[in-house]
Amino acid sequence: MAPATRAEVCVIACAEAYRGNGEVIASAFGTIPAIGVRLARHTFEQDLVISDGEAHGVRGTWAVGGPAEGEIEAWMPFSAIFNLVWNGKRHIMMIPTQLDVYGNSNISAIGDHAAPKVQLLGVRGAPGNSVYHPTSYWVPAHSTRVFVPRVDMVSGVGNDNATKAGPAATKHHDLRHVVTNLAVLDYADSGRLRLVSVHPGVSVDDVVAATGFELEIPESVPQTRLPSVEELQLIRDVIDPKGLRNKEVSA
Amino acid sequence: MSDKTMTEDDVVRRLRSGMTIGIGGWGSRRKPMSLVRAILRSDLTDLTIVSYGGPDVGLLCAAGKVKKVIFGFVSLDSIALDPHFRAVRQAGAVEVAEYDEGMLQWGLYAAGIRMPFLPTRAGLGSDVMTVNPDMRTVSDPYGDEVFAAMPALNLDAALVHMNRADMHGNAQFLGPDLYFDDLFCMAAEDAYVSCEEIVPTKALTADAHPSTLRIARLLVSGVVEAPKGAHFTSCVPNYERDESFQREYAAAARDPQQWKAFVGEYLSGSEADYQRAVALRDSQAVSA
Repeated sequence: MAPATRAEVCVIACAEAYRGNGEVIASAFGTIPAIGVRLARHTFEQDLVISDGEAHGVRGTWAVGGPAEGEIEAWMPFSAIFNLVWNGKRHIMMIPTQLDVYGNSNISAIGDHAAPKVQLLGVRGAPGNSVYHPTSYWVPAHSTRVFVPRVDMVSGVGNDNATKAGPAATKHHDLRHVVTNLAVLDYADSGRLRLVSVHPGVSVDDVVAATGFELEIPESVPQTRLPSVEELQLIRDVIDPKGLRNKEVSA
Repeated sequence: MSDKTMTEDDVVRRLRSGMTIGIGGWGSRRKPMSLVRAILRSDLTDLTIVSYGGPDVGLLCAAGKVKKVIFGFVSLDSIALDPHFRAVRQAGAVEVAEYDEGMLQWGLYAAGIRMPFLPTRAGLGSDVMTVNPDMRTVSDPYGDEVFAAMPALNLDAALVHMNRADMHGNAQFLGPDLYFDDLFCMAAEDAYVSCEEIVPTKALTADAHPSTLRIARLLVSGVVEAPKGAHFTSCVPNYERDESFQREYAAAARDPQQWKAFVGEYLSGSEADYQRAVALRDSQAVSA
């Protein structure tokens, strides 16, 4: 069997973000996180609830890029999802356009909000997600364009801004992981982003060079764990037989 | 019981420039597009639009109908961004109030149950609080937390599209998601429902559970029979989103010349003309 590609290492890192989560909705944006949550549920985190992206919770393990195939176990229209967001039983992995050292994310607009240089999606559910339930991020192209000293529009709330906003904002605020095409990060006690591991073939210096602010870097930084043979087979044969992961992160 | 059936143009005659209008659906799903097209044909202007936005927002902005958009996102779903909305935003040509999408729901719900605001954690710590300087906070009277006070989004009118309705305004969704159409209707002085088909009341529950009847006539001022009225957005199970037409829309929206041609072909006549032009396009695609 061919050795794991970078995309496959990223899948494992995304799956690992859900380890120990138990019975929560695993919402994942992007192809690689979608593969990751399905892999996690199929193997070590079987209680995760996964939506078909329409209005149903669906069991089973099916290929990305096609319709959900499995038993419908719940009706989850947007109104139900919104309620569960505020109820807290969800862990989301979002794709930020910008992310700063405290985990503030921007998906709304670049530049002045009244007349942005670039209009993006809008804040969507990010302000609520980030103060109501665990939130992680997936960055398919780790660069100084994404990892910026200051985001233009705080959509998802970072550790510093949650603290400033007071106990109502910090009570359920729980930023977990940032998985990128280069590395895995989490947050130090200071609330700042910290390097956890680098993917095979990536050096700490590579990560530092691609990050537009100073990261917390432990004395020794391990390599991100590699997929097992079973996991590789699952990714290649069952969850992503068309290789869509390679369009998001190339080898 | 009154017969509330009317046409798209009857609905638009009841609207006024400067009104705050909520539009149901979600992104590029089950949007009341025939009503939106009727507004495009009208001389209405200075509208404030409240929407989980899709091409409704883009089209109205492109036509210069909009003063302000109250939104959490504007997306065509399979195409991430609406090019018209992007263009007017980047030109600074519309005012906005941008909220978390759950805050938007809360604002509609507050209006629907006649509260001036509802408390929430959503928004706290984010720039939703800074780009909306009128946004206030409220203290927990039982404890010491301080929450965002999402203001009621009181609507002059709501426009929604459903699968079926009766002539009295009882309306039914048969797809997987109601979205927030019930809240839009509750939040509005007058709610207008377009639908694929107007049927006798007893037909509504002949083949569907009563729980699909989520908009009751007491919330509805007018009902419009509009087959394919949500086109080119989806109205499942009647039809899926017209992806190729949506791609044509988005491509045309990026280029002023192409957009002029698109308007000439699809948006310069009546709703019947629109549906004929779409049908002709489909038949040409089949024969090609």
